[in-house]
Amino acid sequence: MSAEIGTAEFPGLGTTMARGGEGPAPVRIVVAYGFWIFLLSDIIMFSALFASYAVLSGQTAGGPSGRELFELRHVGIETLCLLFSSYTCGLGVLAVEHRRLRGFYAAFALTFVLGAAFLGLELSEFAGMVARGAGPSRSAFLSAFFSLVGLHGAHVSAGLLWLTFMVAQTAVRGPRDFVRRRLLCFSLFWHALDIIWVALLTLVYLMGAH
Amino acid sequence: MEEHAGHHSASSGHAPSIEEHEPSGSLVTYTVGLAFALLLTAASFIVSQTNLLWEPGVPAGLAVLAIAQMGVHLVFFLHISTGPDNTNNVIALAFGVLIVTLIVSGSLWIMANLNSNMLPPSAIMQMQR
Repeated sequence: MSAEIGTAEFPGLGTTMARGGEGPAPVRIVVAYGFWIFLLSDIIMFSALFASYAVLSGQTAGGPSGRELFELRHVGIETLCLLFSSYTCGLGVLAVEHRRLRGFYAAFALTFVLGAAFLGLELSEFAGMVARGAGPSRSAFLSAFFSLVGLHGAHVSAGLLWLTFMVAQTAVRGPRDFVRRRLLCFSLFWHALDIIWVALLTLVYLMGAH
Repeated sequence: MEEHAGHHSASSGHAPSIEEHEPSGSLVTYTVGLAFALLLTAASFIVSQTNLLWEPGVPAGLAVLAIAQMGVHLVFFLHISTGPDNTNNVIALAFGVLIVTLIVSGSLWIMANLNSNMLPPSAIMQMQR
C-alpha cells in the first residue's frame, strides 16, 4: 500500500524492498542486504583464487609439498581462534542490541584478541615456511598457497582495523541506530571470513596434508 | 509507516520505530551454531587424520563436512533463513553459489583438458629438431 514511502535515510528504497503489501523494509534489513551483496562478491573473488590453487596444488616444481609443510596442530589452533572469535563477535552484537555496553566491549575485546592470535599464528607459519626456503617464489603451488591464504589473512587484518574503529565509534557516539547497523555489517563480514576459512582449511590444509 | 514498524517490535515490547527490530539470533542460536561448527571441524580433522573413512572417499567426506559447516555458519551466524525478510538474501546467495560453482568447476575442467592435451616435453623437443 505504501510503495511510495521510502525510509528517511534511503528514499525510494521502500519501493524495491517492499514485502507483499507490508510496506517498506526496515533500514536495517536493506543495509544488511546491501552488505550481503558485497560479501558475496568478495566470496566470488576468493573462488577465483581457490580455483587457481586447486589447479596448481600439485605443481611443486621439485619443492616441498603441502604434506611436508603443513602442521595440522598449528592449523587446528588457528581454526579454534577464528571460530571462537566469530562466536564472541555475535555475542557482542547481541549485547549492543540490548544496550549492554559493558558486555559489548568485553565480547569485542575477546574477538580482537582471538583474531590477533589467529593472525600471529598465520604470520609465524608463513615466516617458518619462508625460512625453510618455501617462500611464494619457490613453486606454483606455493605462489597459489601464499596468495590464497595471504588474502584471507589480509581480510582478517582489515577486519581487526574495522573492529578497533567500531569500538571507538561506539564509545564516542553511543549505540545509536547507525552505529548498530555498522556493527551488524562488521559481524556479517567477520562471520563470512569464517566461511572462507572453512573452505580454506578443507581444501588447502586437510586435503593437502592427507 | 509507524504501524508497520510497530508490527516488527510488537513482540519485543519496545516503542515502535523503524529501527526497533528484534535482533536476529540469540544466545542460544550462537551457542548451538558454535557447538555444530566445533563438532564438524573435529570430524573433518578426524576424517583426514585417521583411517575411519575408506581411503578414496576421504576427499568427498571432507567436502561434505565443509559444505555442512558452511551451512551451519550461514544459518546460525549469518542468520540466513526462509523468512520473508530474507528472500532477497537467499536469492543473492543462490546466485553467488552459481557463480562460484561456474568459476571453480569451469577452471578445473578447462585446465585438466589443457593438461591432458598438452604434448609431453620430450615430444616438443623432437618437434624442434
